[in-house]
Amino acid sequence: MADVQYDTLPAGPVIKGKLSRDDIIMRMSMVIIAIYLIVTMVFPLAAMLSKSFSTYMFDLSAYELQVSDKEGNFSGEIVTPAQLNAELGVLSDNDLIAGSDSRLGLTQFFPDFSFRSPVMYQIRNTSETGRFLVGSELQTGTAWVELDSNTFRRVQLRPEKSTGLGNFISYFSTPALFNSIKNSVVIAVISTIITVTLAFWFAYALNRSCMRFKGLFRLVAMAPILVPSLLPGIALVYLFGNQGMIKELLFGASIYGPIGIVIGSVFFTFPHAFIIISTALAISDARLYEAAASLRSTPWRTFWTVTIPGARYGLISAAFVVFNLVITDFGLPKVIGGQFNVLAVDIYKQVIGQQNFEMGAVVSVVLVVPAILAFAIDRMVQSKQVALLSARSVPYQPNPNPKADRIFLIYCCCVAFFIMGMLAVCQFAALIKFWPYDLSLSLKNYDFNRMDGGGWGSYFNSIKLALLTAVIGTCVVFFGAYLVEKSNGFKTGRAIFQMFAMLPMAIPGMVLGLAYIFFFNNPSNPLNAIYGTMAILVICTVTHFYTVSHLTAVTALKQMDREFESVSSSLKQPTLKLFGRVTVPVCLPAILDISIYLFVNAMTTVSAVVFLYSPSTTLASIAVLNMDDAGDIAPAAAMGMMIFYTNAAARIIHLLVSRGVLARTQRWRTR
Amino acid sequence: MKLKKSLLMSLAASAIAATAATAETELTVYTAVEAEDLARYAETFNKSYPDIKINWVRDSTGVITAKLLAERDNPQADVIWGLAGTSLLLMKSEGMLEPYAPAGVDQLDPKFVDGGDPPSWVGMDAWVASVCYNTVEAEKEGLTPPTSWKDLADAQYEGHVIMPNPNSSGTGFLDVSSWLQMFGEEGGWEYMDGLHANIARYTHSGSKPCKLAAAGEIPIGISFAFRGAKSKADGAPLEIIVPSEGVGWDMEATAIVAGTANLEAAQKLVDFSVTKEANEMYNTGYAVVAMPGVAKPVEHFPEGLLDAMIDNDFEWAANNRAAILKEWANRYDGKSEPKE
Repeated sequence: MADVQYDTLPAGPVIKGKLSRDDIIMRMSMVIIAIYLIVTMVFPLAAMLSKSFSTYMFDLSAYELQVSDKEGNFSGEIVTPAQLNAELGVLSDNDLIAGSDSRLGLTQFFPDFSFRSPVMYQIRNTSETGRFLVGSELQTGTAWVELDSNTFRRVQLRPEKSTGLGNFISYFSTPALFNSIKNSVVIAVISTIITVTLAFWFAYALNRSCMRFKGLFRLVAMAPILVPSLLPGIALVYLFGNQGMIKELLFGASIYGPIGIVIGSVFFTFPHAFIIISTALAISDARLYEAAASLRSTPWRTFWTVTIPGARYGLISAAFVVFNLVITDFGLPKVIGGQFNVLAVDIYKQVIGQQNFEMGAVVSVVLVVPAILAFAIDRMVQSKQVALLSARSVPYQPNPNPKADRIFLIYCCCVAFFIMGMLAVCQFAALIKFWPYDLSLSLKNYDFNRMDGGGWGSYFNSIKLALLTAVIGTCVVFFGAYLVEKSNGFKTGRAIFQMFAMLPMAIPGMVLGLAYIFFFNNPSNPLNAIYGTMAILVICTVTHFYTVSHLTAVTALKQMDREFESVSSSLKQPTLKLFGRVTVPVCLPAILDISIYLFVNAMTTVSAVVFLYSPSTTLASIAVLNMDDAGDIAPAAAMGMMIFYTNAAARIIHLLVSRGVLARTQRWRTR
Repeated sequence: MKLKKSLLMSLAASAIAATAATAETELTVYTAVEAEDLARYAETFNKSYPDIKINWVRDSTGVITAKLLAERDNPQADVIWGLAGTSLLLMKSEGMLEPYAPAGVDQLDPKFVDGGDPPSWVGMDAWVASVCYNTVEAEKEGLTPPTSWKDLADAQYEGHVIMPNPNSSGTGFLDVSSWLQMFGEEGGWEYMDGLHANIARYTHSGSKPCKLAAAGEIPIGISFAFRGAKSKADGAPLEIIVPSEGVGWDMEATAIVAGTANLEAAQKLVDFSVTKEANEMYNTGYAVVAMPGVAKPVEHFPEGLLDAMIDNDFEWAANNRAAILKEWANRYDGKSEPKE
């Protein structure tokens, strides 16, 4: 057959479907949302990356000096500090790498300098852009400045902006900084192992045993999602601090440090791991267990050969999600980390403490690496997952086993006690007048207006932010997911959009927030006006939590047959009408899920918004951070619990609305 | 469609309402003054200038300084009222301040006024380092009260002292820079090496050590006198110790941000900030204020504080700040494991 020639047939024209008006509208919309993601994520990250390469260097050849004789006549030769340094070797090249804030005194280049000497000095910049200080007066321009010896010791050179790897060199030559990489990874790994183990057995008990109170335990397990990650830190201070209620349990070890971070991390990542593992354990094929039983396998063997392999994707996914949450979390180590430095707190310290934005950007780049790695591995694992349930599967039903059920019940009670105990401690602490000296109850700690952090105003700002994020975010995310899922053709565009939608998950909140400063607080940026407003907080929060919302929407949309689109187009109905009339009502449960997810996260988020809030937009979660920072720990606990109650109320409303909506719009499901 | 229209209408309406409300001048004022004092400051100011509304941006010294520097090319603030003098020197050297001699500046102690003519900033009050000592907890631990900085390096206090990290707290930096000035560069670092062995941990804010001492979490907190006096007034079993070698201090100061659109209102605020009335207002919390003869003793403030204030070289502190902080971080920050 190979030698048969078809050269008689000319290549036909490529047939291209004509784009309908509908297709064009859909593609335009998709482009708009894609542009939104580019502007709110890709550009800021690019701005940050370029900032990390923006270094400051002392340019010793940019100045000229002349020394007079004892009578004050300038007759000696004119030298640059660079020449002096080459002669004397005072400073190495690494010493010339600076921060934006650095200064360099000049007297070190004159070994016989004395401030009492009658010798005069004169100095000038060699270019108009040069800068040096006399005391704190900035000197620019190329005119000579004449100074006596006593004033000359007050001369300080200012560094010049340049581009290069200088920041990275000084990062890796500062042990205090790069030690944090090790600390962060170690903490994240330990927390991951503990959380996944605990969550696995909890999920196992709930899915594979016949113990009682399963609904209650499920509810309790979800509670930590409703509070900011700093709250467990505050609870731990009250439990195990030097005045802690049960500090003896630590046998003298300090809670401020890795121990505290790990316990707190386990608390706040537990629900995330639990959801994922629980989903994985919920589906399983009873036939495999029957086969195992008929082969006389021991329960132990069955567990390792059937249960674990069946849940392995869930376990791996949970592990990477927890790892990512811990390594990027900022609130908890800030509160309880003590002297144990981690990357996320380093970013905060560099930016807020030292105003070293460039170094902040460098640490951000370093932090993004493990976060993206964990994310990529997770995506890879998930794409390998195949359906465990085929049409012939028989759903597994657990059999009552009184002894095992009792053990599971005790285990779940312990976990639930741990979770509720932490919350109860915070509530208790919030109501105590002056721990530990005056244990009478009072509402004094709720007088937020007397504290740092913005008072009650910040609480209402948080609710506003959460509502706006939920409404706007849900609209953008769901519509975007619809366009990706249901539009025709345009394969590359859709693939690129999908990639953009997945990216926010891999970007730590601190990094996103810092990137926003670099991008939006730039006067030449036309979007500069939103800096310092509620708008930037909403945009940042929507972008930060885009991925999970997007995935929820896509999953719901995948359940809808594409036939709907075909039918609507054959009936000559615009797709957007179909979207409004059919798709949205059918997917309403998923839409409600997305909005509650965004609401809760907007209430609790700290990391991304800590760089972006302004006086009129202080937030409750930031107030918790700032009050704790100022030492007002009890009011911080009080505000944290306010966030908890608000989120719990939102969840209950969500539940009631979902029920109502399900009854009204989903009746078709039951027939 | 209808919904969209009504939404647009309401947006437009609220925009109009917003412009109507700004008939009075609004000033964005950056400050690091304690939150509980801000309302009082604004109220007193509005008694003289009812048509100027102050919008506070309050945060810790480090955060506000970072914010101002970050916004260098696009300043959001009109006035800085109540920020560390060291930070204002930093702003000045960046050319970010609008020099202005407020009416009545000659009434102030020259130590509290910038040397430039016209001055770039004017001081308000001094903010003095002190040691907060929890007598109840210290007794439980069997500690003897320290009387000097050098005492704090004594082995008996191991794990019982807490101080702010100079890299994130203005108070922390003022301690470190005062030790370097008092004990000399070499002696200062040597002293800190000894002290570091006793430090339980470094906090991010300057008031936290005293609040932790007040709560008995750590018996000895290196903080500032003002905070200690407040906690003492709240009923904490504290003693405020003024170390015998002398104490570091910084001032809170006021300045106009160059390029403000509301220069006239900003000048009025700075005029007010140097009046006797304003100084009396500062005096409710601060024992040392810029106008001589105004200060009355403040309750719970330790005696002899004024005499113990060192002759602080702010310019030296500002110009060596970056180098000092770097050296400090290399020596003490993130020595990874916390002490048991």
